[in-house]
Amino acid sequence: MNNMAGLTLDEKLAILSDAAKYDASCASSGGQKRNSRDGKGLGSTTGSGICHAYTPDGRCISLLKILMTNFCIYDCAYCVNRVSSNVQRARFSPEEVVHLTLEFYRRNYIEGLFLSSGIIRSPDETMADMVRIARSLRCEHHFRGYIHLKTIPDADPMLIEQAGLYADRLSINVELPTDASVTRYAPEKKPAQIRKAMADVRLKREERKDASFTGKRPPRFAPAGQSTQMIVGADGANDAQILKTSTRLYSGYELRRVYYSAFSPIPDSSAALPLVRPPLMREHRLYQADWLLRFYGFDLAEITEAAPDGNLDLEIDPKLAWALANRHRFPVDVNRAERELLLRIPGVGTKSTQRILATRRHRTLRYEDLRRMGVGLKQARPFLTALDWHPRGLDAQDLRARFAPPPEQLQLI
Amino acid sequence: MRRVCLPEIGTFDAWRNEARALLGAGVPPEAVLWSRGEAEADLFSEPLPTPEGAPVSVSKGFVELARLVVWHRDPERFARLYALLWALRGERHLLEDRGDARVDRLRKMAKDVSRDRHKMTAFVRFREIDAPGANRRRFAAWFEPTHPILELAAPFFASRFGDMDWSIFTPDLSAHFEAGTLRFAPAVGRPEIGEDEAEELWRTYFRNIFNPARLKVEAMQAEMPQKYWRNLPEAALIPELIAGAQARAEEMARAAPTLPPLRAERILARAAAVPAGRDGFVEALHGCRRCPLWDGATQAVPGEGPPDARLMIVGEQPGDQEDLQGRPFVGSAGQLFDAVAARVGLRREQAYVTNAVKHFKFTPRGRRRLHQAPNAGEIQQCRWWLDLERERLRPALILAMGGTAAESLTGSRARLGVRRGSVERLEDGTPVLLTWHPSYLLRLPDAQRGAAEAGFEADLRQTALWLRELPRQESEEGGAAPRAMRSPRDI
Repeated sequence: MNNMAGLTLDEKLAILSDAAKYDASCASSGGQKRNSRDGKGLGSTTGSGICHAYTPDGRCISLLKILMTNFCIYDCAYCVNRVSSNVQRARFSPEEVVHLTLEFYRRNYIEGLFLSSGIIRSPDETMADMVRIARSLRCEHHFRGYIHLKTIPDADPMLIEQAGLYADRLSINVELPTDASVTRYAPEKKPAQIRKAMADVRLKREERKDASFTGKRPPRFAPAGQSTQMIVGADGANDAQILKTSTRLYSGYELRRVYYSAFSPIPDSSAALPLVRPPLMREHRLYQADWLLRFYGFDLAEITEAAPDGNLDLEIDPKLAWALANRHRFPVDVNRAERELLLRIPGVGTKSTQRILATRRHRTLRYEDLRRMGVGLKQARPFLTALDWHPRGLDAQDLRARFAPPPEQLQLI
Repeated sequence: MRRVCLPEIGTFDAWRNEARALLGAGVPPEAVLWSRGEAEADLFSEPLPTPEGAPVSVSKGFVELARLVVWHRDPERFARLYALLWALRGERHLLEDRGDARVDRLRKMAKDVSRDRHKMTAFVRFREIDAPGANRRRFAAWFEPTHPILELAAPFFASRFGDMDWSIFTPDLSAHFEAGTLRFAPAVGRPEIGEDEAEELWRTYFRNIFNPARLKVEAMQAEMPQKYWRNLPEAALIPELIAGAQARAEEMARAAPTLPPLRAERILARAAAVPAGRDGFVEALHGCRRCPLWDGATQAVPGEGPPDARLMIVGEQPGDQEDLQGRPFVGSAGQLFDAVAARVGLRREQAYVTNAVKHFKFTPRGRRRLHQAPNAGEIQQCRWWLDLERERLRPALILAMGGTAAESLTGSRARLGVRRGSVERLEDGTPVLLTWHPSYLLRLPDAQRGAAEAGFEADLRQTALWLRELPRQESEEGGAAPRAMRSPRDI
């Protein structure tokens, strides 16, 4: 494997970006706002990230997402970089990563860097190299763009502490939904160690949030918070188990995001995995359920009770599924219902709820108003009443069939 | 009819000044004809109306809306804005009405402009135009926005690329940022901007970050509409990536698993050699699966304190903070304990502090974890660990705080209000002093808290006193109950 010396920067970039693409996260949002208007540095963060390009897989490119190296001493079955795989290996020098980040940034290709790595020699040495890159960007090159570091849970907490001072976001992947799956498919990873590392990040963020008694604010620690990723469909876990793990992660470690990544066939895959490819729709439904849990006031039990086998309905979204299973709570009067109830109407989002509440202070809402407010009426129609709208057919046997694909049937209502 | 022609540079400020003046003069919307960037002579053909009366005040929301809408390419934008401004005089809440058609139209225009601006910040691609080595590096870009938004979008680039000089040329205007100063100039058409070799690296990245196993072309086009493609160096790759995706994905699925390289075994063997040396008790506790509470908790929280401590303090279970930190009594209950203990001269460092249940039991609720009391089964299972800790420590006195600790140690949590302050005996004779749990005190309403806290303080005082007398007692009475205490109950 010593053919690495001859690789050009372009060849290394090809290998090490190919190796990084199985991480779903590319977010560059959250955290502090910075700019370089003073002319002494490069970069800015606005709070909401920018997607600079999209690849034909529908994913956005916001950050330069690369591995420092794809050499790895671990043997995680689902990972293209595992020690037992025969993919070509490469390794960037810290200077090369810094160079690529800055040159891409100057041409407005990216918002910043998402650096991850295979584990070489030891977790500590790998983490130390990643911290070195982040420090060089921040301190030598005055880079004020976004930095996301994938931390290695087994690394010395001191290194993670330093990482948090340079990075906007830290992430540690839980990888699989249950401890048993992690132990089975990623034998070198310790689920308890991963949780402990996430707990440490939360504690360090809280420690540095409060100003000290002198009124001086300590440097922020990972101001854009932490995130994690779970691979969906590589093990036997159902959606209920996955979402249960998510709610625990959100409540325990103040995660900004849990990413769900449908297991994707990889080159040179391991014989240990059943290569049944999960439908991409499953990933989508999990994100929808995740949103309902975080922004719509749904309980985990409410979402999973409509899914008897523990898996979300692939044909209709989880909010509609809940509404169909709870028809006695509808129709909801948009002119009277409280916020919590408005949020339960299929097709009504957080923004349209806000608009309904603001407008109805001044007048009574009609059907046409709802369209202008961005309500998805195709879905919402049977579930709400307005001044001039009283739906029928909420009890119809075939109500679900009207929503399920093919979409042409929607127009029959 | 008044004709108002706005300049191409500084359009928003000009519109605002004109609108202010017209409104002040009471000129109705139907009497104004707006345009931008036509013959400048026209601008002065009609004298500006003189503002009359007080300056017009208008909501911040309207100004924000106008700041976007003036950059829409719809020729009626200025008139529509002025018409709304006119209507707002009579209907002050009109802007909050999300169902009004006039407002809706303008909001849609604002959204178009805002989206176009966002896409511009995303899709401008700079090329380096001078040889590296110049004092400030120089870059240039050609960009074709859907709306004439350069003036709106340029400050973003000035904030972001503060240490370099750049120019952005559009069919409408051009923007130039030199030595920290931003200026706008009239359109000059599309300039020649030479190749930049970084684009080849960028294309390499684009090609390789794409996952052929998940093709979602529509999702890509929704966010990166084709109209932008011609100025994106990476977009030329899209057709070939799409065309080859299926074959590449099938190839991956078809390929039989390969044998691991020879070095794999050697590396894995080395990685498996785990350094030893941790406390066996703690190791075992972390692997505890006696009850389901481990699943969801961060970690088991063992007791801590001097291995020769004479006093053992037992609480209920770790809370949120204890679970995160892996140490007992570091949260708010622990702080209350420390405060009361300090008042009676009791120091936590003298004691071995632990919990009856070693994992945190909770219900997730949004961003918080709500404490749940452990049930009898969980207390029973975890007693195994508490017994081990007692055997290791052989304390002379145990302070049991709260019902769970009482249940675990004495088998009953009943009538704690009556039993607290008294000493009971375990089967091996170890005295146990029962008291409230500090988190119970924290939950009490202020009116009741005083009395309960006084009781808690008395119990800690008793404990401290007993600790001080311990050496003498041990030699004289061989570990009998301290005199200051009431006689022990049978359990």
